[in-house]
Amino acid sequence: MTPPSTLPGLSVALSRTRELAERRRRFIPVSMAGLVLVLLFAAGSARYTGFLEPQVALNLLVNNAFLIVLAVGVTFVILAGGIDLSTGSVLALSAMICAWLLREGWPPVLVIPAALLSGVVLGAAQGCIIHFYGVQPFIATLGGMFFARGLCYLISTESIPITDPLFGALAQTRIPLPGGTSLSVGAVVALAVAGAAAYVLHRTRFGRSVYAVGGSESSAMLMGLAVGRVKVGVYTVSGFCAALGGVLYTFYIASGNSLHGLGMELDAIAAVVIGGTLLTGGFGYVLGSVVGVLTLGTIQTILVFEGTLSSWWTKIVAGALLLVFILLQRALAPRSAR
Amino acid sequence: METTAEPAVHMSGIVKDFPGVRALDGAGLRLDPGEVHALLGENGAGKSTLIKVLTGVHPPDGGRISIGGRPADIAGPLDAERNGIATVYQEVNLCPNLSVAENILLGREPRGRFGISPRRMNRRAAELATGLELDLDVTRALGDYPIAVQQLVSILRAIDLDARVLVLDEPTSSLDRDEVRILFDLVERLRSRGVAILFVTHFLDQVYELCQRMTVLRNGRLVGEFATAELDQRALIGHMLGEQAGELDRVEERAHREAPPPGTEPLLRARGLGRSGGIAPYDLDIAPGRIVGLAGLLGSGRTEAARLLFGADRPDTGGVHVDGRPVPLRTPRAAIAAGLAYCSEDRKAEGLVADLSIADNLLLAMQAARGWMRPLPAKTRSELVERYIRALRIRPAAPDTPAGSLSGGNQQKVLLGRWLIMQPRLLILDEPTRGIDVGAKAEVQRLVAAQAQEGTAVLFISSELEEVLRLSHRVVVLRDRRVVNALDNEGDLDMDRVLAEIAEGGAQ
Repeated sequence: MTPPSTLPGLSVALSRTRELAERRRRFIPVSMAGLVLVLLFAAGSARYTGFLEPQVALNLLVNNAFLIVLAVGVTFVILAGGIDLSTGSVLALSAMICAWLLREGWPPVLVIPAALLSGVVLGAAQGCIIHFYGVQPFIATLGGMFFARGLCYLISTESIPITDPLFGALAQTRIPLPGGTSLSVGAVVALAVAGAAAYVLHRTRFGRSVYAVGGSESSAMLMGLAVGRVKVGVYTVSGFCAALGGVLYTFYIASGNSLHGLGMELDAIAAVVIGGTLLTGGFGYVLGSVVGVLTLGTIQTILVFEGTLSSWWTKIVAGALLLVFILLQRALAPRSAR
Repeated sequence: METTAEPAVHMSGIVKDFPGVRALDGAGLRLDPGEVHALLGENGAGKSTLIKVLTGVHPPDGGRISIGGRPADIAGPLDAERNGIATVYQEVNLCPNLSVAENILLGREPRGRFGISPRRMNRRAAELATGLELDLDVTRALGDYPIAVQQLVSILRAIDLDARVLVLDEPTSSLDRDEVRILFDLVERLRSRGVAILFVTHFLDQVYELCQRMTVLRNGRLVGEFATAELDQRALIGHMLGEQAGELDRVEERAHREAPPPGTEPLLRARGLGRSGGIAPYDLDIAPGRIVGLAGLLGSGRTEAARLLFGADRPDTGGVHVDGRPVPLRTPRAAIAAGLAYCSEDRKAEGLVADLSIADNLLLAMQAARGWMRPLPAKTRSELVERYIRALRIRPAAPDTPAGSLSGGNQQKVLLGRWLIMQPRLLILDEPTRGIDVGAKAEVQRLVAAQAQEGTAVLFISSELEEVLRLSHRVVVLRDRRVVNALDNEGDLDMDRVLAEIAEGGAQ
């Protein structure tokens, strides 16, 4: 059937819209994530007075800084078609190392690099095991998860409080923003990490190779890309981010404890997926992961405002969202992949 | 022709061992600048391996390689690129999630002040595309384009490498006629610029159309190097097959001599079977011992028709009778229970399990039908496997070889064997000879004809009309996702008649 000739303009406009939608298909999941975040926020503001304060929004960043950093690291891994289950434990280990070395009297300027180094080494080791021995990422990082958690207990089975003045100052310092609002150092670090990650992923050869490996590893190899470097690289980045998340976590919680970050690796993965990154690799954006973390944070904030609901509702809503987003990805997946 | 120029590539005495198999044993190749050179041989003759040695995927275990007259030691795909060797594989080896421009330029992206510059990258890619008269939106994801265009993009990538040697490994096997034409124009343009092109294909007509010289391999050894103009197709096939030539003719004779009388009660009767977006409702009767061919262009609905019969897709309309009784074929499981077997066209994705052994692959369907709780006795297993490996002439004949390491033709035979073991009453074969060479084709055809003779009904789908005509007792012609005609073939149906139906059949 031909469209009515009286409306040629409309049909042209329609086909142009469809063309645009087709071309921008890869942005749909991340836009959906943004939309969900906005809707949640709108719902919160409609229901509770004092929800729409700028500082409430900024506190999302402040309270979830470590999770943002974690999710950014995991984004690299998932984009390259892998998975990292060790991030929660690496975060705990890094926090533990900070607390322990400070108690041993190390200066903070050495403690922080040492903690970060632990994450880099663990991440690189996992990457090497995955790449050179062909071990499934799930298994290799599951091993890494137990290993890092075990090291925590080796350092101390007790919680170690952090009393160092520099750590205290970093935790307390607020960077003032216009309108009487402020951000913590951790939040600024998290935003900087997200920005740097976006730059690396989109403007460097390593970043584009991450997408290529996630799209098709064998093709990437035949295209002459350094697949090994990419695979070891993404786990190293993830390990580094987890360790940095651990340092930020000590600002937030002022102690090292073997029980820190239990199950946090799954929160990070959930945030990445809610943010529209395809678990099979190759599609997704760092921005989405940040949005994913903020979405989880918003749900939590709503529960705080509600006051009477069990905090497990966060998990229930997050779980439902996760399923919705996975179904959405399924619907948008290229025909050949279905 | 005497040339003073150094050959672009000279490989000699190449040896390559895989665990348990010597894939190459004194293979070689000489490629001159500005020529299109065909590399020919049966499946398993070592063409792919030789190419992978040249492109650095497999390091050779012996022999010499020189590039542009200088000895070269190619350590990996990247090293091959540095030596000016670019490869376009049969399967498109690009990343569908990235844009066309990125796929062309990945690994050597133009950089601006802030790292990779997408703007410059898109401009450069667009220049390359227009330079070769291709109309492409380079900012779109590669996966949005059909396979043929992706193939051209991989050539664009190769060209941007300033390749002096371009290896085309069966680039035409998934392209239709017009797309092949576009590809050939491109190849010709590159040749005239002095690029040396190595062309691997199973389509001998294309060899004669495009190539100046050819190299023939057999069983991993160099048979010889010939000028296209001096060797006719018959002689060429003889070189490729060794002593087996002539087998094709015997297949044909037998298939028609043994045709059962028409009018036998149909084993399977489909009425008004259709699925919107797949294929318009169609009727089909297949009697035991008869081979029905489906002819039509790529995308004319051949596979869709077969998948409906097998329950792989759900029909919207119509139904199927087996032995005169209605059978709801809603799932492949139900179809298998009714005695149907379906050999998929995509043997890598939908059929063969590459990591399992030949034996396991052969027995997969039978074991599934018995249920996993009742394993086959070891003795029955090995007897069955032995018998089918011999009957199908699978090489290597070792049951424990991983199926993924076999050549395309042998993989196809394993897949065929899997369903033959089931003793199906109706065998649906979707492109069983795609991507395999003349010798293996003849064997597959021989098997199909023999199977029909034993009373199996066969639905045979192939893009190669000649093959459909040779085997089928009845040819069903499809066009634009519709059955347009069904022609009886007593051995006298000629190709022009079928081509006319494909081209114009059903036009009103």
